[in-house]
Amino acid sequence: MDKKLKNLINTPYKYGFSTKVNKETINKGLNENIIRLISKKKKEPEFMLKFRLKAFRIWKQFTVPNWAQLKIPEIEYQNIVYYSAPKLKTKINSLDDVDPEILKTFEKLGISLTEQKRLTNVAVDAVFDSVSVGTTYQKELKEQGIIFCSFSEAIQEYPNLIEKYLGSVVPIGDNYFSALNAAVFTDGSFCFIPKNVKCPLDLSTYFRINDQQSGQFERTLIIAEENSKVSYLEGCTAPQYDKNQLHAAVVELVALNNAEIKYSTVQNWYSGDASGKGGIYNFVTKRGLCAGVNSKISWTQVETGSAITWKYPSCVLLGNNSNGEFYSVALTNHFQQADTGSKMIHIGLNTKSRIVSKGISTGNSKNSYRGLVNINRKANNSRNYSQCDSLLIGTKSNANTFPFISVHNSTSKIEHEASTSKIGEDQIFYFLQRGISVEDAVGLMISGFCKEVFTELPLEFAAEADRLLTLKLEGSIG
Amino acid sequence: MILKIQNLEVSVNNIKILNNLNLEVNKGEIHAIMGPNGSGKSTLSKVIAGHPNYNVLNGDILLDGVSILNLEPETRSHLGIFLAFQYPIEIPGVSNEDFLRLSYNAHMKFKNQKEVDPIEFFTIITEKLKIVKMDSAFLTRNVNEGFSGGEKKRNEILQMALLDSKLSILDETDSGLDIDALRIISSGINNLMNEDKAIILITHYQRLLDYIKPDYIHVMQRGQIIKTGNSEFAKELEIKGYGWLNN
Repeated sequence: MDKKLKNLINTPYKYGFSTKVNKETINKGLNENIIRLISKKKKEPEFMLKFRLKAFRIWKQFTVPNWAQLKIPEIEYQNIVYYSAPKLKTKINSLDDVDPEILKTFEKLGISLTEQKRLTNVAVDAVFDSVSVGTTYQKELKEQGIIFCSFSEAIQEYPNLIEKYLGSVVPIGDNYFSALNAAVFTDGSFCFIPKNVKCPLDLSTYFRINDQQSGQFERTLIIAEENSKVSYLEGCTAPQYDKNQLHAAVVELVALNNAEIKYSTVQNWYSGDASGKGGIYNFVTKRGLCAGVNSKISWTQVETGSAITWKYPSCVLLGNNSNGEFYSVALTNHFQQADTGSKMIHIGLNTKSRIVSKGISTGNSKNSYRGLVNINRKANNSRNYSQCDSLLIGTKSNANTFPFISVHNSTSKIEHEASTSKIGEDQIFYFLQRGISVEDAVGLMISGFCKEVFTELPLEFAAEADRLLTLKLEGSIG
Repeated sequence: MILKIQNLEVSVNNIKILNNLNLEVNKGEIHAIMGPNGSGKSTLSKVIAGHPNYNVLNGDILLDGVSILNLEPETRSHLGIFLAFQYPIEIPGVSNEDFLRLSYNAHMKFKNQKEVDPIEFFTIITEKLKIVKMDSAFLTRNVNEGFSGGEKKRNEILQMALLDSKLSILDETDSGLDIDALRIISSGINNLMNEDKAIILITHYQRLLDYIKPDYIHVMQRGQIIKTGNSEFAKELEIKGYGWLNN
């Protein structure tokens, strides 16, 4: 049975191909000159350069955080290329200017950017290494006042909004990786949903790391004005390389009065091979600010990739009656390490939050939930419900739960539930005796385990996530 | 002959459980296997089904004249071996309906027949539910999770009915049942039996054999069949116990 399970969890990575493109890169290394160069290449206004330089100075004073249940090898920051972009004739005005190889890459990943074949219900911003190569449905969205574009474009076109909100939720000095990101980020997505508009399409960014030596540092900013609503999806893949690559992103969400943001991620960066070689280091800071009354921010994540994941999507519940949610499935295999969870900071009155975390560990992997629920002194009648479930497959994997709960208000209510279970030999034998293969058995049990989280995903994403988990565990039996 | 077991020797964790065991089961026959605790009855059922924890040291198991020792448990299932578990396993998060359909379709696929969709399957399973007098509400519950002892056993017989296997091994299906449940389950089993199939009943009690008439009764002790008799033999065992057979 062990052998069968072992076969089952040895999965080839489907998105491991790389694309040959003519690219424009700058020299390796990180110093003030490099930052000035990035800013200059992107023709940024003065405030951006100041922002970056300030971040760099702060970053230099930080040390790498070591409190997570992770073994992080030393990263040589001077050995990374901080800017890598496909070479373009001029500024991209239409998809005709984009290297057809890149369009093909996205097609291969299931994302078509051309008008005829684009997805009908999702607007996509496709980010290739350091730059956004195209955004679909931009015009149609613009008619409703919705701005959906690459971050670089937003800096040029809407500098006031950027200056106002950039770093307002995740301050430069929040942590080591947020400071690094603030210094060197190259692109990402920007969404602005104006007052009283419910975004008719799901907005989506697809991140693809292609270059072997470059890191990806993207920045996403979503602003939902009063009474607006948006659902945003994020997908990620990377080619299979022996060397580790660094991905350090920052995502900031702002929801004003009665606004609602739903942010979903399916993260499938390359996770390294069966012996733990290669893979992406995924150090991400995601935070949403429920600034207005009755505002709501909901994070849903399906984390299956990356060699190391360090990620805690959080909500700051500032507005009265605001609501934060976090739904997570994290699957680790082979030598993957994940330390992920959420922070819910209750500040306003009657604020509510909910955390549902499902960790699945198999192979020799390590999977930890780490969370903080903090109820502020003035947050009367606040409520939190947390549920952390771990599922172990095999005998060498490891699951941990580190829930921190800090309550400073006597009228609030906190509930915390946790469970650890194992897919046992007897369960598998029961399936086998009924003629069901190990793959199907494990797939069915995992889907069942993750059900509460998958129902939170947008429909087409839920199917994708289910498929991804099964794929991740698909083996070579039969 | 459906099943032939020859000189079977089996160990688990290096402890020998079955020793020189022989058994032949023909089409249309019901065999009961009785015997004291620890005599190897459940081991026998698991070895036939292909549980990986048991090591076959010697001997052979033939299904329809062909050795199955090297076949995977799921293949043995596809070929028509069904095991009703003594302790049916709970599968949290998986609905009974999905489980049953997946199982049914796995068998259809093996037989090169068309797999059925959930709607077609509902029609099929609804008929089978009647056999064990189960409510369709059973289908939406998770597999065996929170089921009473009797419900779990009925669920096993429901699966037996669904898969229509040629050799069914029922491991203490009668234990933990009240008299009404025993009647329902026995009549279900009798309904499913026909001249092309065979059943092996593993039981401690003569009680079950009042409802299901076996053609043969075997007594196992220390990993062997030490005595075989007809259906009247059970009554004698009920009175005298197993001790006298040792002499």
